[in-house]
Formats: sequence, structure tokens, C-alpha cells
Amino acid sequence: MSSNFDRVLSSDDVLRRRSTLLQRLHIDGPLLLLLTTLGVVGLFVLWSAGGKHWGLLFKQATSFGIGLTAMIAIAQIEPRFMARWAPLAYAGGVLLLLAVEFVGYTAMGATRWINIPGVIRFQPSEFMKLIMPMTIAWYLSARSLPPSLKHLAIALALIGVPFALILKQPDLGTAMLILVSGAFVLFIAGLRWLWIIGAAAAAVPVAVGMWYFVLHDYQKQRIHTFLDPESDPLGTGWNIIQSKAAIGSGGVFGKGWLLGTQSHLDFLPESHTDFIIAVLSEEFGLVGVCLLLLVYLLVVARGLVITAQAQTLFGKLLAGSITLTFFIYVFINIGMVSGLLPVVGVPLPFISYGGTSLVTLMSGFGILMSIHTHRKWIAQV
Amino acid sequence: MPQPIQLKDHERDARLVRGRAIVGAIFVLLLTGVLIARLFYLQVIQYEHHSTLAENNRIHVQPLPPTRGLIYDRNGVIIADNRPSFSLTVSRERAGDWPAVLDTIVQVLELGEEDRALFEKRLRQGRRPFEPVPVLFELSEEQIARIAVNQFRLPGVEVVAQLVRHYPEGEHFAHSVGYVGRINEQELKKLDPVDYSGTHHIGKTGAEKFYEDVLHGQVGYEEVETNARGRVLRVLKHTDPVPGKDITLYLDLKLQQAAETALAGRRGAVIAIEPATGGVLAMVSQPSFNPNLFVTGIGFRDYSALRDSIDRPLYNRVLRGLYPPGSTVKPQVALAGLDAGVVNSASRVFDPGYYQLPGNSHKYRNWNRSGDGWVDLNLALARSNDTYFYDLALKLGIDRLHNYMSAFGLGTPVSLDLSEEATGLMPSREWKRINRRQGWFPGETVITGIGQGYMLVTPLQLAQATALVANRGKWVRPRLLKDADGMSPEQLMAAHLLEERETPPDIVAKNPHYWDQVTRGMIEVVHGARGTAHKVGLGSPYLIAGKSGTAQVVAIRQGEKYDRSKVRERHRDHALFVAFAPANDPKIAVAVMVENGESGSGVAGPVAKQVLDAWLLDEHGRLKPEFAPPQTAEVPSEQ
Repeated sequence: MSSNFDRVLSSDDVLRRRSTLLQRLHIDGPLLLLLTTLGVVGLFVLWSAGGKHWGLLFKQATSFGIGLTAMIAIAQIEPRFMARWAPLAYAGGVLLLLAVEFVGYTAMGATRWINIPGVIRFQPSEFMKLIMPMTIAWYLSARSLPPSLKHLAIALALIGVPFALILKQPDLGTAMLILVSGAFVLFIAGLRWLWIIGAAAAAVPVAVGMWYFVLHDYQKQRIHTFLDPESDPLGTGWNIIQSKAAIGSGGVFGKGWLLGTQSHLDFLPESHTDFIIAVLSEEFGLVGVCLLLLVYLLVVARGLVITAQAQTLFGKLLAGSITLTFFIYVFINIGMVSGLLPVVGVPLPFISYGGTSLVTLMSGFGILMSIHTHRKWIAQV
Repeated sequence: MPQPIQLKDHERDARLVRGRAIVGAIFVLLLTGVLIARLFYLQVIQYEHHSTLAENNRIHVQPLPPTRGLIYDRNGVIIADNRPSFSLTVSRERAGDWPAVLDTIVQVLELGEEDRALFEKRLRQGRRPFEPVPVLFELSEEQIARIAVNQFRLPGVEVVAQLVRHYPEGEHFAHSVGYVGRINEQELKKLDPVDYSGTHHIGKTGAEKFYEDVLHGQVGYEEVETNARGRVLRVLKHTDPVPGKDITLYLDLKLQQAAETALAGRRGAVIAIEPATGGVLAMVSQPSFNPNLFVTGIGFRDYSALRDSIDRPLYNRVLRGLYPPGSTVKPQVALAGLDAGVVNSASRVFDPGYYQLPGNSHKYRNWNRSGDGWVDLNLALARSNDTYFYDLALKLGIDRLHNYMSAFGLGTPVSLDLSEEATGLMPSREWKRINRRQGWFPGETVITGIGQGYMLVTPLQLAQATALVANRGKWVRPRLLKDADGMSPEQLMAAHLLEERETPPDIVAKNPHYWDQVTRGMIEVVHGARGTAHKVGLGSPYLIAGKSGTAQVVAIRQGEKYDRSKVRERHRDHALFVAFAPANDPKIAVAVMVENGESGSGVAGPVAKQVLDAWLLDEHGRLKPEFAPPQTAEVPSEQ
């Protein structure tokens, strides 16, 4: 009897009985299905937006494959291991950002790359997108929640250093996203509402003060165009005016795949990268965009379920931040293309053309899968 | 083993996180709602609007180019204005099969294959989609009528009225004010694409180039709805462009014309500067060309005629012409000698007609082979005695000579706002070591003392060096711009509208009296009985301080004599003359260079005199009241 009891409770046995192939590979089925759906939709839209360009499609499909591989590889890593190495990864990331500052490679007026000629060229800020929430989650998970003022201050300092370094490159979009990913950890960790509201309230007089006493006229002008791109219709405003026309002319049901007129007439610049949602909206209409948003919402929902079910605090905080940051990508991108938000270079996850962002995003989902699938058997009982 | 208290903690944390996840979910749903509302607004409520714009019509943002600022001379005479002109524009996207449309244009207007190639080139440079690109300028009435009749065969082709730069004074200011021309590929890369989105022309040379940012203004725009054929149906939004600033130059049309008349068709350069302000009053480089040819694009044949002409009309002799300054730098060398203490006004040198370095048989000739006997500084300047200056230069040495001459701006860019100024060359030991890989020889110092050897200067540098003597060493950079909407060039630079150019340090003589001694020598040149240019000063109602010089075009071998009959015309010496006047209260400094004119005092001197007269005298040949001397004009007496 007693030997039988032992046998039932042995972890090997429990896992063998409950595990499917996916679980043994540490893959979360629902997420994989949703992300693959997004990837395929992305390729369809790209075929239209990129002007039926095989090369473009092939490159994006390859990136998606690399992203899948990275996701599955990362899912094999235990969350405990990630927590242990997070501080070191953070230190390494900051060092790389400093290296960019001093010996970085400059292209298009921004110094964002580290270039080892003939070997590799990469953006350290891209790694930071994952290291940041990991570090803050590591830091707060060892403290009592909700975070005290002191722990909040340290967490903010941890966020502030890479934020400032990336802002200086300059890369406002990435800096904001990294700030947001760190802030979401604080939010999930139960940062007091009073402080959140207080910080928001304090930001207003500080901004007003800066506007009147610190900023030069030309800086104000730049912020003005940034906030209201349509005041500069020959520059950024041109994109917004055209993308609004493309979206609006799509109507409820759209003009049909490959039948968009605005996006195919070179009216719409960047139509296959940051502004690709305009193509989708024009060709598939409001219904199409809503369906896409539904898929995004399902991804977010799955992410939040993983957050709630995570066994360790580190896992909860990290999963929550990655999920919410993912949604912020979607919101900022669609908001900016439809003229709600200022134009910052944020791609639409899984749909916009571009390998780097795709691989980073899927690595993030790899972390989510790792959190969800590396479970202690005792908690499942 | 987890302790009970920690277990409780974990549970509390889990509750907290679950709570926040729910808040997060609500927040996600709310923001998604915002997005859907926005898309609903655009795609359902505004659907008609956007759909009309997209399907039947097109919205365009049309840049409205700013009006380029006008350029005036000091008296308000217009040097550069904008004239309405009709141009033919083609929009590639609206034209559809645009090469065929170009063929039709060429056929309708009966143009040639060369024009068609030009149209195609211009069209390929079009930047923004649907942008109408001007391909042909200054359409005649007949051409407009022909286009109108054939409009149905010419989709995307329009006749538009544009303002095009025009230079009413034609050739007079081609070398100073310059001209505008079509923006080329290289310029396009450097320009702000937004600010220049409606502009087709940019300053290419002269003040037009240097003051491009001031003259250009800021682009405006118009958001318009057009039909499928490109006709504007409705203006949705309109923002006016900010016109460029009008600028006033120091140049004086009458003086410019007088200087050109004085050159009487000879090739050469004249530059006149107001010493107190640095204002360039006249800037002549002859022969000149008609800048209007370049504005709308010069034809290949016209251009090669200008480019290949043996008289080189496109060559800006004032700024780019490099000449050995010859004797015209003797006043500056004299000041260097006085200031360094190697000579004084009383020290004398015996001139047997040549100069020899100790222990060397080479004879450095005085231009006057028979010699001038005992000469002091005053006589040396008046007679332009080479022997005296050979001796002075050797005593001074090349290092000090180089420093003094550089302080006078020789061999350095001197102007404040003239583009494309040549640097010239004031040789030094270091220069020779680097460029010739040789040490410096004393003999080279000797000939540098009379402005020969390696030394090369522009007429502008000569004028500035002369103005510096007139100003007693006070540096003011020569400039064209007097005023741009109430701003001086310095104010524009302070406001970062122009690149800054520092003013070199003033030349401070150890004894200010040295300036008087040099000036007195220069007055002797023109007014003294033995002065090389005494004919120039005859009957002048005001005192002139001047200096003649000749610049060798081809080297004469040792012992050989310059024989004009043997030298082809283009190899004859260039004649130089510098002057400022009135000598006791200088109002104008002039440098004249007559190519192959041979005699500085005989050919260039009278030109300088005519320029001075034109500036200082009224129509009755009397000194203008504003230039009247504070006391009676007199040659300052010897002390």
C-alpha cells in the first residue's frame, strides 16, 4: 500500500501520465496556435502591402521560422534559471548600451548598433526589451509586495539607466517601450494606486514648467509636430493624412485582398512596415481589423491566464509585463496609424515586415511558455 | 520547507497579482474599445468622405514654394527679382504612359531630340509621387496656345505660372551676386526635403548661394482635393509660405558700371571696398556672362561656348584668380620692416640697379636697370625700388615676413560672405618642406620681398590688404551684405542663420606712426615727382595713396630682358594697381588687375583712378560733400 502510494506520487509517473508531446516540448498549445495564425495573416497582408514581392515574403517567413525556433528554445529554459541570471544579463545589457554610446555604429542619424565588421551587427536595445521586465521581476519577487517606496525607487533607477541610454541614441520608441515593460512589472506587483495617480498628477505641472521655462522654441516646434503631425503635412503628416484615407476608404467590409487602391499607388509610404495596418484596414475593412484585434485579445487573455496561474512570483510578474507590453505595441501602432497618437516607430506585432522585432516578440512568448510549462507537480494536484 | 507565515504571504501576493491582472484585462479591453471606436469613426462615420477621396478623387498636399527674397544694391536698385513666367509641368503618375506624352509635347511644340532628352532627365528627378515637375520654362503665347489646343492628348500636363528669378542688370553682377539654377541630385541630398518640396531653384554661386537660407523662406502647403485628371476641385486646408528675406548689398550699380567702363573691354578684375565697413562697393570680373541664362537651365551649346571661351567669362577673377602680387605688396612689406625694427624711415640702401646676396654671384635686378642710387623707405615705395625691398626682406627673414603678410590676409580667405574664394599662397618654411620637400633658400626670401616667387594672391586679398593699410590695421572682413531685414551679416551669424567666420586679429603696429610712413610712401607713388604712377595723380582734387605692380605670366630667364615684341599677347605681364583715397580719410580702397596689361602704373593705375573718381567726385568733378576732408588736403610734411 505504502509502496503503491509512493509510486503514484512519484513525479516521473505523474508527468508521464499527464504530459502530451507539446507539454514535453514545453510548448503552450493555445499560444502557439494564436501566434501562428497571426504570422500567417501577416504574410497575407505583406503579400499585398509589399507589392507581391516574393523576396520580401520569403524573408519574413524565414524570420518567422527563426522566431519560432527561438521561442521553443527559450521555452526550455527554466524560469528559476532566468531569475538567477537576470541581474547579470541586466549588467551585460547596460554595458552593451554604454558600448553603443561610445563605439556604436551610426546609421540614419542614430547610434543604435554595435558593429563587429564581417561578423555581426545588432541592437543591444532589442535585448533590453526582454531583460528589463526580467530584472524588475527578479528584484521585486524577492521583496514583500506591494513594493515599498525604497524598493520602488530602486526599481525606477534600474529602469531609468537603460531608458536614458536608449533615449540618447536617439530611439524614443524603443526607450518608451522599455520604460513601459518595467513599469508594468511594478503595476502587476501591486504598486499602490495612490502613487500611480500621484505620479500622473505630478507629471502635468512638471511638463508645463518644462514647456514654459526650459524648452527652446525649436524644441517646442518639434514636440508640436510630434503631437500633431498633421501640422506638418509635407513631412510626417503626409503619412497620417494618407493612412487615414486608406483606412477610412476601407469601410465595413474592405475592398478585398490585393484590391486596395491607396496603398498600391505609392500614396502610403512605409506601407509594409509601420503603416501596414492601413493596408489591412483598407482591404479587409472594419470587420477585418476587429477580427485581428480579437486574435490579439485572445493572445493577451492567454497571457493573463498564464500570469494568474504562474507558480512563482517571478513568473507572475514577468508574464504579466510581457503580455501587457505586447498589447501596448498593438495599441500604439494602430493608434498612431489611425491618427490618434503621435508617430513613433513601433511596428505592429507579427504583421509588420521586419525580422528583429518578430524574433524579440517570439522570444518573449517563449518566456511565457517556459513559465507556464515548467511546473512543480505538487501544485498541479 | 516553507514556513506558514511565508505561505500566507505567497497567497496574498497571488491575490494581489490576480487582482492586477484583472485590472490589466479591463484596461486592455478599454483601449481596444478606443481603437475600435476610432476605426469605426474613420471607416463607418467618415466612410463617405474617405471613400470619395480615395476612389474618385485624390487628396494631395501641394507645397506652396516661398517667394525668394529680392536683392537690392545700396541705393535700392533691384539686382535680382522674381518674374512670373509660364512653365510646362508634367506629373508622371497622372500622365500614365509618360514617355509617349513627352513625345507628344515635343511634336506639338516642334522641339528637337535634345529638348526631349532634357525633359526626360528633369522628369526623372521628380521627388514626390504625383508632383508636377516643370520641364519647360518661359513658354511663349504661341506655345501656351498649342498646349491648350492639344490638352486632350496630354494627360498630366499643365501650364502653370511660376515666379522665376530674373537679373535685370544682367552681366553686371554675375560674379558677385551669382545666380540660381535648378536643384541637382547632390544638392537634393543635402537639402531639407520638406522645406524645399516646392522649390525648384537654389543659389548656385555668389550671394545667391551664400545667403540661400536667408533668401529662400519657408514652404507653405495646401491640402487639395483633385479629380482623377489632376484638376483641383477644392482646397481643404491652406497655410501660407513665409517669403524669404529681401537683402540689400553694399554694391553700387553706378560704381560697378564705371569700373566696367574703366576696364574698357580688357580682361581683368576690379574690386572696391569701403574700409570702415568692409562693404564691397564694386566687384568686376571681365568678361562676364548673362546669369539669366542659368536660371531656367542653360542649353548645352550656350554653356560650352561660355566654358570653352579663351577669355573665360565664367572664371571669377576677383575671387579665384591667383596672381603673384608683385610690387603691390611693398606697402605691407614696408610696414613689416618698420614694425620689426629692421629699417626705419631714415635708413638707406644704395641701389646700383641690382642686389646680390653675400658670396653669391646671382644678381637680383631692380626693374630700373640703371639703379636709383641712395634710397630710403619713402623713395623706395615711390620708385617701387626692388633693391631696397630685397635687402629689407632678407633682414626680416621669411618667418617674420610670412607672419606679417598672413596678418594682412594674404594667402588666407579674407571675405565674410563671398563663396568660393581661393585661398592663395603665402609661402613659409613649413609650406615648402611639406609641398616641395626642400629647405627654404635665402634667395626665395629676397624675391618674396617684392611679391614674386611662390606667393599667389587674389585681387580680393590685395584690396583687403590695401584697406587694412587705410584702416591702420583694423580688420573688417569684406562683405557684400549690408542688411537683411534689418540684420547685418554678424547678426545673422549670431542667430545661427549663417555659418560664422571669425574676424582675424587687428594688426597693431608698435608705433602707430609706421602707418603714416607707409601711407606717405604710397601718396608719393601717385603724387610725388618721381612716383611710378605720378601721371595718375595729376590734377586730382583729393589725395590718393597707391601702389603699382606687375605680375609675371611667364618666367624670364636670368639675364634675359622682358621684350614685349617677343612675348605673345596672352603671355604678357598682368598689370596691377592698388589704391585708397582720400589718403588722409580713406573712404574707398581699390585693387585693379588687368590681364596682360603689362604696366601697373600705365594701364591699371588709370582704371583705379576712374573708379576712385566715380565714387568720390560729383558730376562737376568736385569731391562729394560727404567725402570732403575735415581740413584742406595737403601732403603730410616730412618730420
